[in-house]
Amino acid sequence: MWSTLLHSNTIWVLLSTMILGFAAGGIGCLAYWKRQNLMSDALSHAALPGVVVAFFIIQEKNLLLLVIGAAASALLGAFLIQWITNASRITEDTAMGMTLSVFYGVGIMLLSIANRSAGGNQSGLNSFIYGQAAAMVRSDVITMVVLAGIVILIIFIGFKEWKLYLFDAAFAKGIGMSVRSMNVLYTIVLVTTIVIGIQAVGVILMAAMLIIPAVSARYWTHSFRNMILLSSLVGGAAGALGTWISSTGSGLPTGPFIVLVSAAIFAISLLFGKEKGIIIRFIQFKVQQRDSERNQFVMDKGGSQ
Amino acid sequence: MTYTMWIILTASLVGLSCGVIGVFLILRKQAMMADAISHTVLLGIVIAYMVTQQVSGTGMLIGGILAGILTAFLVQMLHSLKVQHDASLGIVFTTLFAVGVILISTSVGNVHLDVQHALMGEITFIPFTTVEIPLIGAVPKATALLTVVLILVIFFIIAFYKEWKITSFDPALAASLGIPVIFFHYLFMTLVSVTTVASFDAVGAILVVAMLITPAASAYLWTDKLMWMLILSGGFGVLSAVIGYWIATWLDTSISGSMAFATGCIFLFGFLLSPKHGLISRWVRPEAWKEEHVS
Repeated sequence: MWSTLLHSNTIWVLLSTMILGFAAGGIGCLAYWKRQNLMSDALSHAALPGVVVAFFIIQEKNLLLLVIGAAASALLGAFLIQWITNASRITEDTAMGMTLSVFYGVGIMLLSIANRSAGGNQSGLNSFIYGQAAAMVRSDVITMVVLAGIVILIIFIGFKEWKLYLFDAAFAKGIGMSVRSMNVLYTIVLVTTIVIGIQAVGVILMAAMLIIPAVSARYWTHSFRNMILLSSLVGGAAGALGTWISSTGSGLPTGPFIVLVSAAIFAISLLFGKEKGIIIRFIQFKVQQRDSERNQFVMDKGGSQ
Repeated sequence: MTYTMWIILTASLVGLSCGVIGVFLILRKQAMMADAISHTVLLGIVIAYMVTQQVSGTGMLIGGILAGILTAFLVQMLHSLKVQHDASLGIVFTTLFAVGVILISTSVGNVHLDVQHALMGEITFIPFTTVEIPLIGAVPKATALLTVVLILVIFFIIAFYKEWKITSFDPALAASLGIPVIFFHYLFMTLVSVTTVASFDAVGAILVVAMLITPAASAYLWTDKLMWMLILSGGFGVLSAVIGYWIATWLDTSISGSMAFATGCIFLFGFLLSPKHGLISRWVRPEAWKEEHVS
């Protein structure tokens, strides 16, 4: 067990999924309060054609350049969703579903062309669909850690601004903050997190890394600051633990295990959470029931006298 | 029939049944539910395979349907526990999908069920597994299954046409009229799962979403009548299947990917040119457009 953990590459991969989980947990909170949980799913699918096109252009697997391609096509997807929702009577969820499936389809089209061309099959482009953290080399890890670090920095430095932007946009406008540029910044941070994550956990499961930690954290605190912190910690823990479990066996995929660990944390929060967890709510309900019964009893007694 | 004709026929059947069922997905504002179900159906199919130890149509169909209903049920349950609706969708489908992928990569490990096939579909292999049907002769299995599903879907839509209409447009009215809204919700989710499983072999799990949502959304831009929307959406589905096949042979690439691309092109066409809701009409006749959209 320790030998696999101490294997140098595993340490690197573990570090990167942990930092990724940390960043995704933080940005997931922002998405949660913007009520755009599934946007991350749409954007991660929309990133696929960009990855393949970038590969066509540079003809080698360089994570940084592939990430730039992915970000470009995810941003295009975000723009299309916005545009279709604003300019027609199509609702946002339909626009998201269309964008994600059509972009993904185009990605698959391009991918099968790339796989046919010489060397394409060895490029490991398929790992972008299902995620393969174990296949990451040291330079990939460094790229990921640096980008995730920038994301974390932006979230925590601009904490006050994020809070205003999410909860009281009118006031934010009043004190001279530009809501539009906050919107742009939010989209860029979201897209960056998604595109660095898809290499590790894959296009399909990336959404879980943003959604689940935020919802789990909601069960433990009412304060936005604590929620962001907790959600980041949950994300980081799930990333590290999931990677560790998948490294104990051969051929175990990383992404799905990370998702399962976060789902387990969510189930625990749902049951035992301090705020609105099922058990707490049940106890509160029982206490209230008993109190009202007692009040009823007192009132009845008072009435008869 | 030739090999090519079978493929086009199968793809068109996918387009038709997905297009028809997709109309209600859009009207009920459950487009992302299609995305969720198309992912979790994978888990149902894997478990069906582990239980029956064979790739059989019926077992997979049942597994897929159960997985679809389970998804709808879990999402509903989490939502009733005060989790945001889209968040509960995201949690449920990613978790079930993750379980499916883990099962595939650890215990099943079979060529028939590699994730790649499941997610992208392999329509080119469909004509090779056939069943004998009296009077018609050898028919590819997937095509026969899709035909049955299409008949089933059309039957349920016609039989409960009025109920679908009311529950989709005004659930509160439907409930006050005594229509069992919850029952129709789950019946609808069953139909979506059945269609998804049947289309699975041909276009794969994720691209089913494109076939379900996009033709219906395009049809929504062209008409305000439910009947016309159903007909148009089915037609757009078939059209994208044929165009997709043509693009795929021209570029020598994935057929299902090209079909999804074709649905996108058809949507874009409507988005720009539709007389009532299109961008160009908004630009040419801003008054009429405003009247339609602002009031």
